[in-house]
Amino acid sequence: MTDGCGAPQQTAVAADEDTNGQVVVAGKVTGGEGPLGGAYVRLLNADGEFAGEVQASPEGDFRFYAAPGSWTVRALHRTGNGEASVSAEGPGVHQVAIAVA
Amino acid sequence: MSREDVLVTTQWAEENLDTPGVVFAEVDEDTTAYDGGHIRGAVKIDWKNDLQDPVRRDFVDKAGFEALLSAKGIGNDDLVILYGGNNNWFAAYAYWYFKLYGHDKVKLLDGGRKKWELDGRELTTEETKRERTSYTAKEQDAKLRAFRDEVVDAINTKNLVDVRSPDEFSGKLLAPAHLPQESAQRAGHIPSAVNVPWSKAANEDGTFKSAEELAELYKEAGLDTSKPTIAYCRIGERSSHTWFALHELIGLEDVKNYDGSWTEYGSLVGVPIETGAK
Repeated sequence: MTDGCGAPQQTAVAADEDTNGQVVVAGKVTGGEGPLGGAYVRLLNADGEFAGEVQASPEGDFRFYAAPGSWTVRALHRTGNGEASVSAEGPGVHQVAIAVA
Repeated sequence: MSREDVLVTTQWAEENLDTPGVVFAEVDEDTTAYDGGHIRGAVKIDWKNDLQDPVRRDFVDKAGFEALLSAKGIGNDDLVILYGGNNNWFAAYAYWYFKLYGHDKVKLLDGGRKKWELDGRELTTEETKRERTSYTAKEQDAKLRAFRDEVVDAINTKNLVDVRSPDEFSGKLLAPAHLPQESAQRAGHIPSAVNVPWSKAANEDGTFKSAEELAELYKEAGLDTSKPTIAYCRIGERSSHTWFALHELIGLEDVKNYDGSWTEYGSLVGVPIETGAK
């Protein structure tokens, strides 16, 4: 595990994986032809304020360690942008998909 | 100082990839990013392995910095264009670090790797080969770097800018939301600090906001520009981004980066801490 600020490898995991009590927002970015790798995914809080950003894996997967609450995930890619909302009220993995167009 | 003195656009960068005397350097913690594709001709600087002392918590010393730049093929007269991932966090850190050791011909690629990729510009895995140089650094410039005792003394006297996210500032989280939560012994912030998250200084595509927008941002947050300012975050890289905005873009003269930041301050015995939002 890193002690710097680089994001760990981006993978979405099964919803029942033990997150050690952490609130995880995870999912996949898709484009017109299926999973879209390399998009910049931004986590925005309920007020639209920036909370974090990762680059999706080549398979389009991303994950954030968040606090409980309502979040928006917004993906930026050279082919277009997209966003989706997710309610992460407690510990565990909260899945959300983003379609980029 | 104008924006052009400290930043280059992705367009300028693409047009100057082969310009003699211009060296591009990608700075990341995760060097697999560089290895997977980088700007043609760019050298790689590893934020941790190249810039941190391997044993003590400190920078590489002057001799170490000289050895690094010599090995990378960067000369004293070269214009170094730094860029990286994470909205240039680590590139901004390296920029501040280059200034600390007296290399003045350095600029950031505005928007960094993200803007370059969003523009659809080319990345390559082609190996970069540069001739060794014999680089000579200056002694660290003490005007740019804050240490813990100065930070404690700055409470209620100087501007303290906490550039972490609101949840880290209030004590709800100990690290940014894209990282597993591990960090200092205690959560919260330094008393009297204002919270202006680094991200407010950047546009969505990673470019810096204009000097006018930035001046308004820090004014609204209550920064008294007649006083010296110290910026901090968790480990000193996001605060380098804000140091860049305050010192290089707005042009405030007395701005220091506290690279010990929250991982040091939040583990000190006996210092005051505040929690909660402001």
